[in-house]
Amino acid sequence: MSAGTHQTGGTGSGLVKWIDSRLPVFSYMQKEYAEFEAPKNFNWFWNFGAILTFMLVLMIMTGVFLAMQYTPHTSLAFDSVERIMRDVNFGWLLRYLHANGATFFFIAIYIHMFRGMYYGSYKGPRELLWMLGVVIFLLMMATAFMGYVLPWGQMSFWGATVITNLFSAIPLVGDSIVTLLWGGFSVDNPTLNRFFALHYLFPFLIFGVVILHVIALHVTGSNNPLGVDPKGPQDTVPFHPYYTMKDSVGLAVFVTIMAAFVFFAPNFFGEPENYLEAAPLVTPAHIVPEWYFLPFFAILRSVDFNIWFIDAKLGGVLAMFGSIGVLFILPWLDKSPVRSANFRPIYKWFFWILLLDCIVLGYVGGKPTGDPVVAGVEWFKVIHLGYITTFWYFFHFLILLPLLGIFERPKPLPKSISEAVLGGRTPGATANAKQMEKA
Amino acid sequence: MGIVCNLRRAAAATGLIASVVLVSSSAIAAGGAKHAVAQDWHFEGVFGTVDRASAQRGLQVYLEVCSGCHALKQVAYRNLAALGFTETEIKAIAANYEVTDGPNDEGEMFQRPAVVSDSFVSPFPNAEAAKASNNGALPPDLSLQVKAHAGGADYIRGLLTGYEDAPSGTDVPDGLNYNPFFPGSFIAMPAPLAEDGVEYTDGTKASVDQMAWDVVNFMQWAAEPEMEQRKKTGFKVVLFLIILSAVLYAAKRKMWSNLDH
Repeated sequence: MSAGTHQTGGTGSGLVKWIDSRLPVFSYMQKEYAEFEAPKNFNWFWNFGAILTFMLVLMIMTGVFLAMQYTPHTSLAFDSVERIMRDVNFGWLLRYLHANGATFFFIAIYIHMFRGMYYGSYKGPRELLWMLGVVIFLLMMATAFMGYVLPWGQMSFWGATVITNLFSAIPLVGDSIVTLLWGGFSVDNPTLNRFFALHYLFPFLIFGVVILHVIALHVTGSNNPLGVDPKGPQDTVPFHPYYTMKDSVGLAVFVTIMAAFVFFAPNFFGEPENYLEAAPLVTPAHIVPEWYFLPFFAILRSVDFNIWFIDAKLGGVLAMFGSIGVLFILPWLDKSPVRSANFRPIYKWFFWILLLDCIVLGYVGGKPTGDPVVAGVEWFKVIHLGYITTFWYFFHFLILLPLLGIFERPKPLPKSISEAVLGGRTPGATANAKQMEKA
Repeated sequence: MGIVCNLRRAAAATGLIASVVLVSSSAIAAGGAKHAVAQDWHFEGVFGTVDRASAQRGLQVYLEVCSGCHALKQVAYRNLAALGFTETEIKAIAANYEVTDGPNDEGEMFQRPAVVSDSFVSPFPNAEAAKASNNGALPPDLSLQVKAHAGGADYIRGLLTGYEDAPSGTDVPDGLNYNPFFPGSFIAMPAPLAEDGVEYTDGTKASVDQMAWDVVNFMQWAAEPEMEQRKKTGFKVVLFLIILSAVLYAAKRKMWSNLDH
């Protein structure tokens, strides 16, 4: 199918026409992925939607083949994973792709989310698009958590114990929820069985929400680095071949980096202790979740004090879920009418501070709370850094963003994408135009 | 060579990115234990391979010293072919061990010599028996120990060669031994290696350092038997992906050059 050469509905060979007039899959693809008009000034950060789609498919495919060899039983799970690593043809590749795939899936979604925050992609009319994205993120976290339990190593078992226990903090029904999650009175075989079943189910839920996410995107159209709506055809290009081409470049580079880890440092992001089989009577010295949960783990642990009638445990759980909750209502917290941080001189700074704050939260989540941050400075412990960074996280979303919308004076916006991109040059006379990324 | 350098540089760059992303990986290292000195292992790096001569000697150390207490249940005798042992040699090694098989036609379990398709025979029938023979401590299975500790091979080599007299004033609890490389410094395993503890078939002098070196090479292979295939495949895959990225980038530039942007 070449772009732009044929009309919707009456395209292609006789067979294609016959099918399309009964089930319009071809004209749908043509309309939504080929002719779909996208702003022509995307930078490389707009690659990550395509990268995430690829990662979801990769995870489902490697996962299905792993499931054919895996045994969800406490006495066999660990050995069945080792059998995959040793005796299944290219089983090591499947498993390392799946394990590192989870890491790179999260790297991609974090870049995708921070890109959305920098360029104000969550603002009207894209509120639901953003909220569906947060739903996908939540489902991904649940899926990753349950998947990590399946190899039944020490961190699988103890991570599952710690995280499922969090639900017991919920008043009245907490203990019943935990029993339901466990399928008994401790993390044991029923837990492993139901986690396996749900770990297989959730990716398809994610797939469903991704479809909604894309439908919403195709109604509102994409945001762009200027945050100014396209004013006409001079501001856009057909998605295919221009962005399919550009997405291919970004995807190839991303997969190259992932492959370097899969083949040469496959356990870099993993916890060594998970290569010890789960032992319910041997508690590891430090129980830490996978790296992509560390900022949330830090927020959970940083509320170690009672607030009025809320005890520390419930407070921590509320803070942790609240940290994702604020993302849900982000479109209404940020009152500024300007989308792109490039035209918001103050927000721009606070964006980078928030990013730094999240990275420091990740550091805090991976360290024992009682350790000094700097060796030798005994009075400043990791927990103190946790208080500061947790406070700042909520301060940013709940206080700063609403205030900035009122007090910040944004820079003047360009009239259109073309005007900003061409910088006054005459359209049509610039075959050797400068790279768009500088726009 | 240029490609090799680029690949190394790329690997270094990705490592750098990753270490920024994951500031906390070293935070999990065992608190307080002495850090083992990093060694120059044959299996390290993009082109690292198994030092077969050393790993073969390591097998001898495992069989004659470690296997008295430690199992190696993820490895099968047939896997030893990858270390350069012949079928006859592997059959002879396996035949030294007895496994319980059955039930036979009369419904009885019976003992038979191990065959090449059997996993390495464990020294104890179960964890309880292992603990009962070892002062209540469970000798860990050695199949994955190199991957199961921060520091990997260096840590295990450090541990095996790191036994020393406890500093004065330190009370070593009964049944434990002093080893500063072990988290907490008190380890149930007594110093396992002694000078000339084995007599190497290839004539190598069996110093404690040499035996530790060899058995760690063996354990590294046991933990990652796929390593050589993984790295060889990886070199081709990453090279292909770098070229693909470059070609796609050139095509993208060409395509976009017709646009006003």
